[in-house]
Amino acid sequence: MASTEAYITGLGQSEVGVRLPRHPLLLTVDAVREALDDAGLTLSQIDGVFTYPGKMNGYTAFSPVSSDDLIEVLGIKSKWHLGAAEQPAQLAAIGAAVMAVKQGLVRHAICFRTVYEAGGMADPGTYMSGARQDTVTGSSQWTSPFWATSAACWTAQYAARHMHRYGLTREQLGQIAVNGSKNAMRNPRARAITKEELTLDKYMSARMITTPLCLYDCDRFSDASTVVIVSAGDALGDVKSTPVRVAAMSGSVDRYSWDQVEWPAAYETGADLWTRTDYTVKDVNTAQFYDGFAFLPITWLEGLGFCEKGEGGKFIEGGTRIALDGELPLNTFGGQLGAGRLHGFGFAHEAVNQLRGTATGRQIAGDPKVAVATSGGGPMAAALLLARD
Amino acid sequence: MNPPRPRPKLDQENTAFWTGGSEGKLNIVKCGDCGEFTHPPRLLCRHCQSENVAAHAVAGTGVIDSFTVNHQPWAKGLEVPYVIARVKLDDAPGVYLTTNIVNCPVDAVDFEDKVRVVFEEQDGIFYPLFERTV
Repeated sequence: MASTEAYITGLGQSEVGVRLPRHPLLLTVDAVREALDDAGLTLSQIDGVFTYPGKMNGYTAFSPVSSDDLIEVLGIKSKWHLGAAEQPAQLAAIGAAVMAVKQGLVRHAICFRTVYEAGGMADPGTYMSGARQDTVTGSSQWTSPFWATSAACWTAQYAARHMHRYGLTREQLGQIAVNGSKNAMRNPRARAITKEELTLDKYMSARMITTPLCLYDCDRFSDASTVVIVSAGDALGDVKSTPVRVAAMSGSVDRYSWDQVEWPAAYETGADLWTRTDYTVKDVNTAQFYDGFAFLPITWLEGLGFCEKGEGGKFIEGGTRIALDGELPLNTFGGQLGAGRLHGFGFAHEAVNQLRGTATGRQIAGDPKVAVATSGGGPMAAALLLARD
Repeated sequence: MNPPRPRPKLDQENTAFWTGGSEGKLNIVKCGDCGEFTHPPRLLCRHCQSENVAAHAVAGTGVIDSFTVNHQPWAKGLEVPYVIARVKLDDAPGVYLTTNIVNCPVDAVDFEDKVRVVFEEQDGIFYPLFERTV
C-alpha cells in the first residue's frame, strides 16, 4: 500500500575538510552512521539508497562513491536504488527517494552526496579516472575550446547580465558571501573551510576570477559526505527524531545548455514549486539556497518569488534581511561558500536542522515550520519545500 | 604563449561547425522544412523534428549578449585576462555562441557591441572567435 507522505527523518555528515586523509567511502559511512543514530534506525531497516550523480570521477574526484558501493559495504537489502547525473540537479536524488517511499517501494532510504574534490586533486593517481582526454565532447565542446573552462565563466555571464539589465551591484552580491561566512563561523562542521569572518571590504578587494565573480563568490573544493534519510509516512513509528515532511518538490531542465538559455533554471523551478502546495512564499521561515557561486541565490530569491525578477540585489542589500536574525535567514550553516562544496545536500541537511530546532549555535528564532532548500545552477534546478507539522 | 585550445572531437553532428572556417563559413544547422535553426548541431530539427536539416552558412555577425573578463588561468601558461562572451547571431534567431572577443583590449568590450566572426585555425579546427566592428 502506498503511503501518502515522505519525511526526512535522519541527518548525518562526515567531517568536512580540505584534503582529508580519510577515504571517501569511509567518510560516507561516517555520515550514514550519524544519520542512523539521529533517526534511531538500524541498517537492517534501510531498504533504499539514492545519490547524485552516481560514481563519476573526472578531473576531480567529483563523486567517488556509488550507491552500489554503499549497498555492498553496508549489507543493505535494497528494494530500489539510484545514482544518476541525468536528474534535475543534486537534490533530485532526495526527490527520487521521496517518489520511492510514496510509491511504497521503500520504507527508509539513505540519500547521500559524497565529494572528495580536494583530496582527489591531491592524489590524482588514486582518485581520478585516468587518461587525460585529448579531445572535448558533449556540451563542454561549446565552452572549453574558448577557455570558458569553469562553470564560474558561465555563471559570470548570467551575473553580468543581471548587473547590466537590473543594476545588481558587487556590494549587493557580496552580501551572499559575507552572510555565508558569518553563519559558517557558528557552524562547527565549517571550521576547516571558514577560519575568519569575511568583511565586505575584504570581499571588494579580492582578486577577480571572472568578472563580476571574485574569489569569494566561488565555492571551494572540499571533502565530505552528507546524508539524509527519507522515510515513508507509515514507517514513522520506527523513528525517534522529529520528522520533517517533504511538502512539495519541483525540478526542471529547459535545455541542457548553459549558453542557449538566458537565465538559470531556478526561475522555472521556483515558480513551479508553488503550484504543488497550498503553502505560499510568505510561509517560508528560512531559505537554504544553492550558492556554488554567489549569484545563484539571487536567482532563487527571484525565481521563488521572495522578490520580483531583477530585485534580488535590493532584497539582500546591506545583508540584514538574510542574516540569522533577519526576516529570511539564508544559508544559516554558511552555504557552500562558507561551509564547503557539499554539492547540494548541505541545503536540505540544514533546512531540516532548523525546522527541528537542532541547529545548535545558529538556530533561528521563533518556531520555524517551513523551509525551502534548493540545488542547481545553470540549466538544471531542483527545489524541496520542507515542513514540520 | 598560450597552450593549444581544447580540441573538439569531430563527429557527424559537429564537423560542419568546427571546420566551416576553412571556407570562411560559420555553419549553423538549419531546417529545410520549418526554417528554424538548431544549435548545438543535431541530426534533426529541434523545433519540428524534421530530418531535412543541413549546415547553413550564416553571415557571421552578431551582438554581444553577455560577457565576462576572465582573470583565472584555467590551464598552465594561459594568458589572462581574456574575454568570454555569449554572442547572439544576427541571422540565426535563437542561436547563441560562447566565444572569445579578440583584437581589442578587454576593457573595450561592452554589452550590445556589434561583432563579426574571425576564425582561428589549430590543426584543422577553425575556432569561431569574434571581433568588434566599429
